[in-house]
Amino acid sequence: MPSTENQENANPNGPSIKIEGLNKWFGSFHVLRDINLDVNHGERIVVCGPSGSGKSTLIRCINRLEEHQEGKIVVDGFHLTNDLKQIDAVRSEVGMVFQSFNLFPHLTVLENCTLAPIWVRKQPKREAEAAAMEYLERVKIPEQANKFPGQLSGGQQQRVAIARSLCMKPKIMLFDEPTSALDPEMIKEVLDVMVDLAESGMTMLVVTHEMGFASQVADRVIFMDEGQIIEQNTPQEFFNNPQSDRTKLFLSQILSH
Amino acid sequence: MTQPFFRQKDEMLSERPPPASTVGIIGWLRSNLFSNWINTSLTLLSLYILWMAVPSLIEWAFIKAQLSGDDRFACSEDGACWAWLDQRIGQFLYGLYPAKETWRINIAFVLLFPALAPWLIDNIPGKKWLRWYSIFYPFIAAWLLVGGWFGIIEGVTTNNLGGFALNLTVGLAGIVLSLPIGIMLALGRQSRLPLIRWFSVIFIETVRGVPLITLLFVSNILLPIFLPPDVALDAVIRVIIMVSAFASAYMAEVIRGGLQAIPKGQYEAASAMGLGYWQSMRLIILPQALKISIPGIVNTFIGLFKDTTLVIVIGLFDILGIANAMVSNPDWLGLSSETYVFVSLFFFAVCFSMSRYSMRLERKLDTDKR
Ligand SMILES: Nc1ncnc2c1ncn2[C@@H]1O[C@H](COP(=O)(O)OP(=O)(O)OP(=O)(O)O)[C@@H](O)[C@H]1O
Ligand SMILES: [Mg+2]
Repeated sequence: MPSTENQENANPNGPSIKIEGLNKWFGSFHVLRDINLDVNHGERIVVCGPSGSGKSTLIRCINRLEEHQEGKIVVDGFHLTNDLKQIDAVRSEVGMVFQSFNLFPHLTVLENCTLAPIWVRKQPKREAEAAAMEYLERVKIPEQANKFPGQLSGGQQQRVAIARSLCMKPKIMLFDEPTSALDPEMIKEVLDVMVDLAESGMTMLVVTHEMGFASQVADRVIFMDEGQIIEQNTPQEFFNNPQSDRTKLFLSQILSH
Repeated sequence: MTQPFFRQKDEMLSERPPPASTVGIIGWLRSNLFSNWINTSLTLLSLYILWMAVPSLIEWAFIKAQLSGDDRFACSEDGACWAWLDQRIGQFLYGLYPAKETWRINIAFVLLFPALAPWLIDNIPGKKWLRWYSIFYPFIAAWLLVGGWFGIIEGVTTNNLGGFALNLTVGLAGIVLSLPIGIMLALGRQSRLPLIRWFSVIFIETVRGVPLITLLFVSNILLPIFLPPDVALDAVIRVIIMVSAFASAYMAEVIRGGLQAIPKGQYEAASAMGLGYWQSMRLIILPQALKISIPGIVNTFIGLFKDTTLVIVIGLFDILGIANAMVSNPDWLGLSSETYVFVSLFFFAVCFSMSRYSMRLERKLDTDKR
């Protein structure tokens, strides 16, 4: 594991992700405003909020798909700055699942899963394949290993995407609306995999509007609006006893259908 | 209200074959050539044109043709005159290359195939070794074509290399060089580093913005600028550089089109799993971008190959130059149809093969519908 003087509080008792005074602009648009957030090891956090509130941008800052201008982000002890070494270190520790799956269409399911272990982790191919098969079994599609992503249903593709991330043995998993592009009958198969993952103790940050999932597995629900964290609480308190008016409005909107 | 409906198990319909009129030759003809009146009349029109053209062409080229003789006066009026082939075929293939040395070109040509095989054919034994061989092949070929060896094998000046051998040499070198250079230019044009981006843009726009023929004319003034003094560049090398540069500029734009078609999510997924720039390009982005660009790439290859006939402007005699010289020779004056038909066949064979191969490749790489 790369260790530099920049690495701090990698001790297992400290927070897994530490965000302090984070501000980000797209041009002159202030998309994230003074975000402070600590995520502990093994904690499961659900992020929700209206469209355009900056949820995706926030979790994309955590693996540096977006650059922030102000504030401090420390992921598993690595400081996110322009230092490419730190960025690579963070990216190999953090898995990400996208709304649109983003599987590599020219590679088979198995090749999708072994690519990063082979090229980033430098694992021998045989070993990477064995590990990949294990994860494909865990997401319940080992029989699709030699197909191409284009031949799978949306739900199957998203499960492959999850397995692909897990193959890098990440310490943290980020999910950006993993079920929003799926037909209703496929949402459950993906959520089941995620619940399973949550129960195994993975640190997870999940942007989702699946409130059932949130109340079942989340330790904390975070509500964002206009680039700010408006409210955070345990799921029970958050759903039954929302404090701010914006939260109440949001909940009434998404629970009404 | 519709009536509720269900079938019992013993009422289930069994499978039966499709109607005879929709399968087999009859079905194919019906759906492809005679499906409606427009289609039917087009089919009949095409048949009529073929009926008019093909028999008379065959009659001209083969049946009434004259195959031997010392000059055009040996030929009758109405058929094709192929009498010159016997005398001149060597020039068409090898140009003014010394006749007793042409075996070297033949060997270089035969050795070409094992060099191409590992890149074009999937399941070929010893692929790894053949790939290494193909990296050395250009040097082997260059040495065979022009090099000397202890006075046992004599050196040949490249100015004597000509005919279709010259077209193939320049064409292959151009194809092999223009693809990687084009890829680098396309990536350069998208680079975040301004210097690299500007260089790529300036190169692409200037080279693409002028006719190739002018590039060839100025090559002996232009190229020495980039070389140390008193290095004289051989004419064939100069042509290869210019033709490759020209094709690379086109290639870069074709590939840039492919790169732009790759969704942003592919780049993001690659970075999110920790792949670096070159790894994501090589493993994720380029395989997809090149696949989309195959038609454009092959188009550029075909254009490049036909452009090798422009070498005539700097005094080299490729197959077309030889043909031009022959039709103005008093012995064979006026045989331009025969000569140019003959020359066209060579280009057609190469270009058509490339086209067919690329179509096969496209089908093979189509992972969505397998
Ligand atoms: N690359 C970008 N350049 C400029 N503006 C952007 C960019 N990406 C996002 N934005 C803007 O930033 C705001 C927050 O975007 P973000 O995607 O984080 O919202 P979100 O909460 O994830 O919304 P959704 O629920 O629709 O996914 C939006 O107004 C969006 O238009
Ligand atoms: Mg979003």
